[in-house]
Amino acid sequence: MATHEIQVTVNGAGHQLKVESRLLLVHLLRESLRLTGTHIGCDTTHCGACTVLLDGEPVKSCTVLAVQADGAAITTVEGLEQNGKLHPIQEAFWEKHGLQCGYCTPGMMMTGCALLARDKDPSEADIRQAISGNLCRCTGYSNIVKAIKAAAEQLRQQ
Amino acid sequence: MIPPAFDYHAPTSLPEAIALLSRFGESAKVLSGGQSLLPLLKLRLGAAEHLVDIGRIPGLEYVREEGNFLRIGGRTRESVLERSDLVRERYPILLDTARVIADPLVRNRATVGGNLAHGDPANDHPATMLALRAEVVAQGPQGERVIPIDQFFTGLFATALAADEILTEIRIPVPPNRTGGAYVKLERKVGDYATAAAAAQVTLDASGVFQRVGLALTNAGPVPARAAAAEDFLSGRRVNEGSIAEAARRAAAAASPTADRRGSVEYKREMARVLAARALKKAVERAGGR
Repeated sequence: MATHEIQVTVNGAGHQLKVESRLLLVHLLRESLRLTGTHIGCDTTHCGACTVLLDGEPVKSCTVLAVQADGAAITTVEGLEQNGKLHPIQEAFWEKHGLQCGYCTPGMMMTGCALLARDKDPSEADIRQAISGNLCRCTGYSNIVKAIKAAAEQLRQQ
Repeated sequence: MIPPAFDYHAPTSLPEAIALLSRFGESAKVLSGGQSLLPLLKLRLGAAEHLVDIGRIPGLEYVREEGNFLRIGGRTRESVLERSDLVRERYPILLDTARVIADPLVRNRATVGGNLAHGDPANDHPATMLALRAEVVAQGPQGERVIPIDQFFTGLFATALAADEILTEIRIPVPPNRTGGAYVKLERKVGDYATAAAAAQVTLDASGVFQRVGLALTNAGPVPARAAAAEDFLSGRRVNEGSIAEAARRAAAAASPTADRRGSVEYKREMARVLAARALKKAVERAGGR
């Protein structure tokens, strides 16, 4: 069984880990690091529940090998809150009822954060396009779009 | 799902990667963005004892015009193509294509080279590259060779690449004046493969006659291929509704789609006809014709 020493920075903290070649990034996060905020939904690259930021880009962590992330900086939903204060996107999902069951929410918020990092004032169409790889089966998306829009406003005021 | 065990290699140069592929032969697969390969391994639809990750080889991600070609590095991610000013301004057909591949998250990992080297007739770049008359550059133990796109796809999930070759570049001829291209796709939802899709690249003369036509369909048979009958029909003909409609009819007649959840053979062939006409019209518009 092939194993590799890898180094990853997750939510700002460095980790040195010994991983099997076939270990998926989502399992590294959930099982090796016990960061279970990143969900596994379809496990087939469709639903986006497992979305995390890999060097700032949102990716489906069920379709990335942990070894491919060697040397990378990863942000998960646990990394959004800073000093006990929720990130504006978390506040906005709460405020705008951007979730019902909550299963897709971590992935939605990570995709939303990445969008707002490169576009401070996205249109509704931009938001819908950005989250088109994240499936929600409860909300009908309207409140998710409103939440990302509200978070954009909040971030612009900061 | 955890894929079956394999060994992972992360070479940092092309010679090193090619040496690994030569050593492992058919038991190795090249890992580019992994957005097709990793799901295949997880679902046990494919197998590999060794993955050779080309993601740590510098200099394989670029989009630039040089020496009469648009050159796209084999490991260029779709998201890079999508955000390239050069592509948006000069090669809108590539933007049309990139933005309908899978979804935005997948496109942050998926690569243009991977999309071609996978040899999947349902993928979107094959039709576009056929319409553009692209060339594929492969690096192997004997050095570099250039494969015309018409000789690249050899079967279902099969390409002209040898087991020890890596697709390092895609070359698209810089289009002459009065050239335009477009890719149009019908998909049930974001992330799905095409029910039908068409890529068209046309060059017109000053009087509105088709000088050169590239036309290809996605998911229209086991091997990506150009719609040669339609191309031949249009060459030398005047741009008008009638000529475009007849070319689209010929392209659809030559297609051999298979029935699946996306529709019957009859429906898909009809959609191929409609989309071929739309792609041709949009290409003509972009070429400055009417």
